[in-house]
Amino acid sequence: MTTLLDGLRVIEVAGDDVWGASAVAHAARILADLGADVIKVEPPTGDPVRAVPPFLHERAGADRGLLWIALNANKRGVRLELPRERERLRALLSSADVLVQGREVVDAATAASSSPSLVVVTVTPYGLAGPLAGAPASDLEVTASSGALALAGEPDRAPVRTTLAQSPFWSGMYAAMGALFALAARAATRRGQRVDVSGQASMVTVHPPACVHWDVAKEEHRRLGAFLIGRSTVGARFRNIWECADGHVSFAIQGGPIGRHTGRMLASWMRGRDFSAPRFLAIDWDGFDNRTLTQEQVDALEGEVGAFFRTITKREFFAGVIERNMLGYPVADASDVYADPQLRARAFWQETQIDGTALPFPGGFALFDGERPRIRRGPPRLGEHDAEVFDAVTA
Amino acid sequence: MTTTGGLRPPSTPQALDGVRVVELGWAAAGPLVGTYLASHGADVIHVESSTALDPFRSTYPPFKDNVVGPDRAGMFAFYNAGKRGVTLDLKQPRAVELALRLVTTADVVIESFPAGTLARRGLGHDALRRARPDLVILSSCNQGQTGPHAQHPGYGSQLTALAGFNELLGEPDRTPVILYGPYIDYIAVGYGVIAVLAALERRRRTGEGCVIDLSQYEAGLQFLSPALLEHAANGTVPTRDANHDRVAVPHGVYPSQADDRWVALSVWSDDEWGRFRAALGDPEWARQPDLGTAAGRRAREAELDTRIAEWTRDHTREEIVSTLRARGLRAAAVESVGELFDDPQLAHRRVWRRAAHAGLGEVGLMAPPFALSLTPARPERAGPTLGEHNEAVFKGLLGLSGAEYAALAADGVFA
Repeated sequence: MTTLLDGLRVIEVAGDDVWGASAVAHAARILADLGADVIKVEPPTGDPVRAVPPFLHERAGADRGLLWIALNANKRGVRLELPRERERLRALLSSADVLVQGREVVDAATAASSSPSLVVVTVTPYGLAGPLAGAPASDLEVTASSGALALAGEPDRAPVRTTLAQSPFWSGMYAAMGALFALAARAATRRGQRVDVSGQASMVTVHPPACVHWDVAKEEHRRLGAFLIGRSTVGARFRNIWECADGHVSFAIQGGPIGRHTGRMLASWMRGRDFSAPRFLAIDWDGFDNRTLTQEQVDALEGEVGAFFRTITKREFFAGVIERNMLGYPVADASDVYADPQLRARAFWQETQIDGTALPFPGGFALFDGERPRIRRGPPRLGEHDAEVFDAVTA
Repeated sequence: MTTTGGLRPPSTPQALDGVRVVELGWAAAGPLVGTYLASHGADVIHVESSTALDPFRSTYPPFKDNVVGPDRAGMFAFYNAGKRGVTLDLKQPRAVELALRLVTTADVVIESFPAGTLARRGLGHDALRRARPDLVILSSCNQGQTGPHAQHPGYGSQLTALAGFNELLGEPDRTPVILYGPYIDYIAVGYGVIAVLAALERRRRTGEGCVIDLSQYEAGLQFLSPALLEHAANGTVPTRDANHDRVAVPHGVYPSQADDRWVALSVWSDDEWGRFRAALGDPEWARQPDLGTAAGRRAREAELDTRIAEWTRDHTREEIVSTLRARGLRAAAVESVGELFDDPQLAHRRVWRRAAHAGLGEVGLMAPPFALSLTPARPERAGPTLGEHNEAVFKGLLGLSGAEYAALAADGVFA
């Protein structure tokens, strides 16, 4: 297979803070996985992500941060002190197709005059223009500004964010997407362009149904803990996270062909274990419509289902839903994910040597003509490729 | 393109001008890929059937005036913005034949049915590539086209749990909470668009097509890679920790004067802590020297959170945010979804667009979160009504005569 982005060169310039540096690193990592030659430019003090814990074997070190390792595989790395060494950056950019930056290291006018075919992608918390242009934000504030934070958490406590920062991943993914749209346009116009990525706007894309409910019905969805809304025409909520014998599972009482099949299968699972659930077992699934159940009816059914789930483990639940071809999955943790036979069968994990340790990296995000993009190298040490990169540029 | 059949002629060039996409799929994960391509100029033809309606047309609220109907469904109109829509009953061989004729005119096919579904209808990868050898095919499904769980049906909200996101969301002393909606589906949408664009990039260079097998599960795991590597490297099992962060302290969501109006704020260095103290009016408790270091603040984080909440409760969200931002600190109001529609920054970026729709009156559409300076996205049209472009596509594009079209329609091929 010819690598998808063979021959494409991408320069990544870290942002000033962890948020911006993570977002551009993820964007460039995606392009690197697809075969682009990515050169990461770091300040002499190193990228701020290098200092973020946790560390490999819990020993701090500039090359040992696991966020750093995850975001920077498949890249080469050079050191540049900017703005002092801007001429070297300019030389580097003259050989590049895409610049991904976390702040305006290269502004639009400079890019347009010195390299008109360059695609310049800038990722910032709120975008390059508008009332909040330049406002600092980390994952928590970006998520707060997007509606996503208001939609997560217990109703009687503060909204919560995912403990592993998500907005740099979203923003980085959209930056890579924007770069590829700009490259498609360049094929016709021969001109590069600017791509202005907003973290806030990126996080607005993670909850479209809430936006549609507001737009069409002026219904405001709010955080409901473990419950789903938007499945009922009478406003009932449905539990989606349940306790089980040794953790939690994800399941919902649903209608539609597959939801009714799931209900039937759960009922037969209960019967097979002589489990008493008089209301749930009395459901006529052929005509079942979850959209019109009252909250009282939903609560009564969920009481019985919850009692059943507390008698089975995550592993039993997973095996049970697979065997019955019904909806539902365990709430997995990292150890469960590594144990999943599906991922092993698809050769998802790719062992990569990092400082003498073989780490099983998540492999490329898709199979292209049956092949998964590979982890070709671990992340660069600071300035590791200074000589080979600058010698080639000046040669 | 031989016809624009209902498409407005482009006023400025777009990234995917001249690219045609045929899309077979429903709900979110497949169709939203097509929406991104359509808003950048591709002619996306969404193929569906009234004999097995998209759940976004039949099941998922909201519906116009709360009355269920395929052309009254807000979700479908949003998720299929910018496309043309045709109906084909693919259980009929003549419908399959028309689908393949459509594919011969296409550059990209997107399908998001459970693995093997289309092959059983005679529309597997081999059949599609026979129709168009340099085709880019994106097959996006729950767990991928191969492996022991390839056939397992699933919804995005539960797949999100399987990938490990929910384990990382919530209070340590309570059950995990949900990530709103099918969170992982939108990750798969993003990677799906990227995969298609990268494959088109190669096709421009080499002329080769590509078959892309996208497992929504594997796409989602990309966003969890640091937590996965942490487990592999250190044997620890990352879990939810409310709003705490491993670097910033304090780092949390605090109440304001008004009920259920919250503020997010974070302090990332000792220097920022000094400015934060000053913003609070340098109270006695904040001057304690041990709070001058991150380690000292972390040791007393619960107490710190209580003190900060005492301050925030006396102010409005806007006061708190402007006070902290004025000192270069990170703070933001926790906006509700309704508030997003009035957000000045999103308005400046023209994130929200409006479009007419025959069944819904008018619907809101969302621009992509990246703005292209020369070839901007144009999210201008709501999703099609059921079969809206049947005549334009089957007569206009494929050249069926009026008599042929009427005969096929009478036989229910366009159902």
